[in-house]
Amino acid sequence: MSARSCAALRQETAAGRITASDTVRAAVARAREVGAGREGLNVFVHRDDADALKQAGALGERLADTTPGALLGVPVAIKDNIATLTMPTTCGSRILEGYVSPYEATVVKRLREAGAIPIGKTNMDEFAMGSSTEHSAYGPTRNPIDHARVPGGSSGGSAVAVATGIVPIALGSETGGSVRQPAAFCGIVGVKPTYGRVSRFGLVAFASSLDQVGVFGATVDDAARGLGAVAGHDPMDSTSANIPVPEYQAGADAGVKDLVVGLPKEYFPASLDPEIRRLCDAAVERLRGLGATIREVSLPHTDLAIPVYYIVAPAEASSNLARFDGVRYGFRLEGEGLRGMYEATRSTGFGAEVTRRILLGTYVLSAGYYDAYYRKAQQARSLIADDFRRVFESGVHVLFTPTAPSTAFPIGAISDPYEMYLSDIFTATANLAGVPAMSLPIGRLGGLPVGGQLLAPHFDEARMFAAAYALERALGEEAHR
Amino acid sequence: MTATAPSRTVNLDAWEMVVGLEVHVQLKTRTKLFCSCSADFGAAPNANTCPVCLALPGALPVLNERAVGLATRAALALNCTVQPVSIFARKNYFYPDLPKGYQISQFDKPLALDGWIEIGTRAAGSPIRIGITRVHMEEDAGKSVHDRFPGVTAIDLNRSGVPLIEIVSEPDIRSAEQAGAYLRVLKQILEYVDVSDVNMEEGSLRVDANVSARRRGETKLGTKTEVKNMNSFSGVERALEVEFARHVGVLEAGGMIEQQTMLWDGTAVRPARSKEGSHDYRYFPEPDLPPLILATEWIDQVRKDLPELPAARRARFAEDYKLSEYDIEVLTANARLADYYESVARAHGEPKAAANWVMGEVMATLKTSGEDVARFRVRPADLASLLGLVRDGVVSHTAAKQIFTRMVATGDPPAQIAEREGLIKIDDDAQLAVWLEEVIAENPAEAERLRNGEKKLQGVLIGAVMKKSKGRADPKKLNQLLTARLTS
Repeated sequence: MSARSCAALRQETAAGRITASDTVRAAVARAREVGAGREGLNVFVHRDDADALKQAGALGERLADTTPGALLGVPVAIKDNIATLTMPTTCGSRILEGYVSPYEATVVKRLREAGAIPIGKTNMDEFAMGSSTEHSAYGPTRNPIDHARVPGGSSGGSAVAVATGIVPIALGSETGGSVRQPAAFCGIVGVKPTYGRVSRFGLVAFASSLDQVGVFGATVDDAARGLGAVAGHDPMDSTSANIPVPEYQAGADAGVKDLVVGLPKEYFPASLDPEIRRLCDAAVERLRGLGATIREVSLPHTDLAIPVYYIVAPAEASSNLARFDGVRYGFRLEGEGLRGMYEATRSTGFGAEVTRRILLGTYVLSAGYYDAYYRKAQQARSLIADDFRRVFESGVHVLFTPTAPSTAFPIGAISDPYEMYLSDIFTATANLAGVPAMSLPIGRLGGLPVGGQLLAPHFDEARMFAAAYALERALGEEAHR
Repeated sequence: MTATAPSRTVNLDAWEMVVGLEVHVQLKTRTKLFCSCSADFGAAPNANTCPVCLALPGALPVLNERAVGLATRAALALNCTVQPVSIFARKNYFYPDLPKGYQISQFDKPLALDGWIEIGTRAAGSPIRIGITRVHMEEDAGKSVHDRFPGVTAIDLNRSGVPLIEIVSEPDIRSAEQAGAYLRVLKQILEYVDVSDVNMEEGSLRVDANVSARRRGETKLGTKTEVKNMNSFSGVERALEVEFARHVGVLEAGGMIEQQTMLWDGTAVRPARSKEGSHDYRYFPEPDLPPLILATEWIDQVRKDLPELPAARRARFAEDYKLSEYDIEVLTANARLADYYESVARAHGEPKAAANWVMGEVMATLKTSGEDVARFRVRPADLASLLGLVRDGVVSHTAAKQIFTRMVATGDPPAQIAEREGLIKIDDDAQLAVWLEEVIAENPAEAERLRNGEKKLQGVLIGAVMKKSKGRADPKKLNQLLTARLTS
């Protein structure tokens, strides 16, 4: 079941055939249905239905005298690490228990300005550290297709909100695949824009040089419209780029005739699940059939991505999470003196995975280890970025790869952190290189969705969307079978 | 353990003091370094705060361009090379008044490197030059308030994010006196280029000192300690003397100096409680801020816009106004006083007379009122016209002082005051003769004695006329008339 599309909602609401209030009421009803019972999917961690309805009502009132916003009447779900004014922002962590931000993230403000109505905050791996949405202080979120399985993560709640038709679009965040991988596991579209394309102001930082707000959509068009609404320069984020944002939905009919699609061989290793390979091959054949030129390419430093990622991201996280000290806001536990308060607060407030990464990050930044780990990782990171630059400079417009090495795994199946980290193997590279990437459904295995990934040069999301539109249309129902 | 003096008599002269200073200076910006909160001193606790300087989740820093301009200006005034690319870095440590758990500073790629200042002249005549290792930008932390609420510490984050520069000297300083001279010259330069209030009481200038001792002739540096918490330049000098003596005492007794932070309490140094030296700050480049890239043309423009620095101004005052060394020192103490003097001197055309008035009446008045010369009611042009009235014989020197007092009180132009108060000098022979005759008639004995050669009585009689004329009589003319009258 999917929600009405962003385009349809906008048109119908603007024409007065439906009201935003009715749409939000329906979304809330669906959210209650999805969340109900022992098998509830645990999508939202905070909702303020009354406030959402109030906002929808206010939208109806000002409809007459304003041009309809790009997302008029569209209910949206927001990952719990993005600051909202009326609902708490807790990052799925006990340490931010009850914390309500006194300011609003730029992306949320832009959504509301475009006429969208945030209806709730979605579950996530604590501080976005995880690939399964199992590691939340609020318990795991379940995959809507098989409730015994994970939805992927860390933006699992947002992915499920879209996959279950509560909302057509939702905001997630990416540090190393946290939108694309759950999109793949849930059979929807997930976009990680170019680093700097979308403001991070109000996104609670995990690893600042990798973090980017991402967008889930039921379809490529929903995702394109969602990204268009939140993208663009923000003077409050010094790393956001002042580069014009094109209308991504303009690529809907652009086709792939003159497109050169690269297949990086490192993403199709011998060990790749043959069924996933088969679905990828079929998608590639569709693109070829539409007139795209297919070329095998190489990104030779791909195997460095996971080790580099798991040095850079924890290093930055160890510093970013230092502010959660029990002094000014959030959870606090008294202890013996100042140091005791810090220790009690942080060791109780953070979960195991967050603690592991803080320790890892503190270690790699320590005097005597900095050069061997952090500095070396940054050097390796630039090699990974160079790989992409070289391939795109050679005339390749977009790359196509599998999004994840597997389909959604059972809840509790992966207990070894390193094994969990490997589920980011095809996605972490885009974050390290800063290039845009997205996942879209390309078929199912044993009923479970499989995602295909498109990657493009910096700030060329438009070309990536054009390819995605074409592939989505060519695959049709095949993508969900 | 405290130390006020070495435990036994030691020979300090056999040892050399080696000092490097780290000076933190608050830049004179309206807003903080990474947010638009006011950087003003003295607001109610936590009044000047926002999500950025409170380190709320999701907030991000945005660099204040004005602060970069001031920091660059300071660095150039200290003869540093400003780097085309510098990098902000995170200095990580936990403290309640450090809200992010890290301070945004600069580490291995600071704003500026390799500067120097001259702090005086050696006996042999060569200048004493102190190297400046680096100038970097950073944000201030908040303030922990321990004495406001019993049993708890309160945090005031008004200072959090206020822009600072840290100026690190080479270990070129060899005495407490040189350290004092370095600080005074540094303060004067920073005042001249108008980048900071450089006020130690308000905390806009803070000094940490690294000190070590070595035997004279030794070239290797001894183990240093860092002395903090001095709140005046003389406090720095005294703290250095005390800490140096402590080092020498330990070393002469065959002991070792432990590298640690010492706190000055006004009379003695004691080790800081926390082992600050053992901190691992885990510096890494600040990912929320791109590298700071400064175009050469921009740096050149800042250099061109630098005002005249104290040394250049002193040289020019000697050349242009032929003033004594002492006058120059006094008049160039700060840029505003020098500007004031220079305006008076230029408008009046007689530099020495201008210097006498500025150093005399003007500075005495300012000292009494505590006012800054930049806001002094008597503007240079008015003072110059008063000096003109004196030179042209329109008013007497005595009357000029009265007029000046009225100018301070009213701000009116001197000619108007002189007119209104009847202070214009009277050189009309007829009127002067009338007064003179009256005085001679009133003091016949004195007049007679003067006629008989008792020259000192001339002054007495002239004084009596001045009194009669309420200071308006032209004393020169009066002298001539009296001499003529009594010798005829």
